[in-house]
Amino acid sequence: MLENIRLSFQGIWSHKMRSFLTMLGIIIGIASIISIASTIKGTNEQIKNNLIGSGNNTLSVMIYTQGYEYHIDSWSKAPAGFCEVTDEVCEQIRELDSVENVTRYNERQYSESIFYKNTSLQNTSVRSIDTDYFETVGYTIRTGRNFIDSDYENFRKVLILDKTAADNIFANENPIGKTIEISGKPFTVVGVVDQTKKFTPNINNVEDYYTYANTDALGYIFMPKASWPIVYEYDEPENVIVKAVSVDDMEDAGKKVEDILNATIASYQTEYKYKADDVLQRAQKLQDMSAATNNQLIWIASISLLVGGIGVMNIMLVSVTERTNEIGLKKAIGARKGSILGQFLTEAAVLTSIGGVIGVASGIGMAQVINKVSGVAVSIDVVISGIAVVFSMLIGIVFGLLPSIKAANLDPIEALRRE
Amino acid sequence: MILKLEHIYKDYIQGKMTVPVLKDVCLNVEQGEYVAIMGPSGSGKSTLMNIVGCLDRPTSGSYELTGRNVLALNERQLADVRLHNIGFVFQNFQLLPRMTALDNVALPLIYAGVRKRARRAKAKEALIRVGLEDRVMFKPTQLSGGQKQRVAIARAMVNKPDILLADEPTGALDSKSSKQVMELFQKLNDEGVTVIMITHDSGIAGYAKRVVTIFDGELAEQKGETEQ
Ligand SMILES: Nc1ncnc2c1ncn2[C@@H]1O[C@H](COP(=O)(O)OP(=O)(O)OP(=O)(O)O)[C@@H](O)[C@H]1O
Ligand SMILES: [Mg+2]
Repeated sequence: MLENIRLSFQGIWSHKMRSFLTMLGIIIGIASIISIASTIKGTNEQIKNNLIGSGNNTLSVMIYTQGYEYHIDSWSKAPAGFCEVTDEVCEQIRELDSVENVTRYNERQYSESIFYKNTSLQNTSVRSIDTDYFETVGYTIRTGRNFIDSDYENFRKVLILDKTAADNIFANENPIGKTIEISGKPFTVVGVVDQTKKFTPNINNVEDYYTYANTDALGYIFMPKASWPIVYEYDEPENVIVKAVSVDDMEDAGKKVEDILNATIASYQTEYKYKADDVLQRAQKLQDMSAATNNQLIWIASISLLVGGIGVMNIMLVSVTERTNEIGLKKAIGARKGSILGQFLTEAAVLTSIGGVIGVASGIGMAQVINKVSGVAVSIDVVISGIAVVFSMLIGIVFGLLPSIKAANLDPIEALRRE
Repeated sequence: MILKLEHIYKDYIQGKMTVPVLKDVCLNVEQGEYVAIMGPSGSGKSTLMNIVGCLDRPTSGSYELTGRNVLALNERQLADVRLHNIGFVFQNFQLLPRMTALDNVALPLIYAGVRKRARRAKAKEALIRVGLEDRVMFKPTQLSGGQKQRVAIARAMVNKPDILLADEPTGALDSKSSKQVMELFQKLNDEGVTVIMITHDSGIAGYAKRVVTIFDGELAEQKGETEQ
């Protein structure tokens, strides 16, 4: 077998030009498939990253009612049957294998009671957070300081802004030490945070816009959890953000956290339920849409492989005719049919495998070019590349079969008589 | 009796006509004999040789090789007989042009399942026996006709067969190379190898201890033969 492979390489090398032309169909087919597959994978990863936020692995578990996210607003009261998410519940969540960290928050959006000087900051969301929030969601302090234990213990009226909010409200001023009024109470800004991992959604079309654009519109204002009841209510239902151990754990984490949280809701409360973000499902849907078109391209590329295979068969038939003498001699000196068959099949398989390897290499090259020229995201899939090479080998075996059988059945007398 | 051919007939069907090529050929060869088969062109020498070499089957008759009825064997078993019991030498050498002398000689060992190391050692030994130790890595194009034929003989002998079959081994060689090849055959025969050789040339046939002639498909023992 190894001997056969070595001899095949020798044979291919001694007919470089012919071998290359024979492989060309395979090379083109495999290269197209690899570049298309790379584009599909690149687009998929981009979609996933856009939705998940660049490997932060966080997902929100929020309260839903009648199919929509539930938000308390200025004129509604907190629903009955809820209490805040207790430390014990957090501990229970944190103990899940799929969960790395957890944090909880309250939120007001479009609150009419937030002012800086005389400007209403209606479009800025305000959140009360616990000590794990920044770490879990992925914020780091840019200027000023983080909340400290005494902020919580003493119900201090202090705020931290995210960078968007700070830029919007204070423009070129230094926000630290400034006072923002919430429900008539003065709060002091003590710090500004920024996302640790910058995530800029790639917005290419209207659909993308609606998917990403309304988040983080005008930034967040954060206050310590303990200070929330000073301006709002006690026992408001809290939302939870979970950091999963990995992307693949997100679904599992989401389900389990849902269950844990839903168990804390009073049993008579049937209208409200905790529900985890299904970012992965959403990503899957978008990916399926983009893959559907590209899969058709793969079929077209496969035709090139078929043509390549027929080319291989043709050349192998020529090669069998050319080497009639060699085959006759080998049979005369004791080669079995199977050995001859094996020799020619190996040759075809080695030829197309080399074609496959060259094809994968050029496909990767083509993907890079596509990326440079059109900006489409590409990502090389090692598994697909491996499969492509194995598949090329199979093409060699399938299309080499007929010529190999022809060789194996050659009559040695006829073969030796010819000269 | 190493080889026992009885009442061998071989016909070729040519269109509607049946052409008889071998007619009632009987040939017995003892272990260690050296037989030359002579006859004019088209008399059926190669046809007989192909049957003896298990490359072809007779139309009728019986054939025993080392006591085995080879006509009852299947294709795979015949391949093994050719591999282990028979060595072939051809007029036009039939060396594979892309391989070195060593690799050509080692070829039958591949089919015999000998491992690479042992293969090289045995092939080299066979080349030494035919006096080509200094041409081991030469390709056929770099060898003279006589050297090529000696490589072919080394290849025929490398599996240590019982019988060496040679179809006009000196047909493409000059007299000096022919003489060398004949000396080699003599040496192999002295070592106990049964040799059957086809030739046109009565001078070459003279190296054999026994000469049979074939004329129009019929075999006849040469008068004045020297029985071993
Ligand atoms: N496949 C075949 N079909 C028909 N006739 C054949 C076939 N092979 C050989 N013959 C005939 O059989 C006869 C004997 O052929 P063979 O090759 O045995 O002769 P030969 O004695 O070896 O001759 P030479 O000395 O020229 O090699 C010839 O007349 C040839 O035409
Ligand atoms: Mg002949």
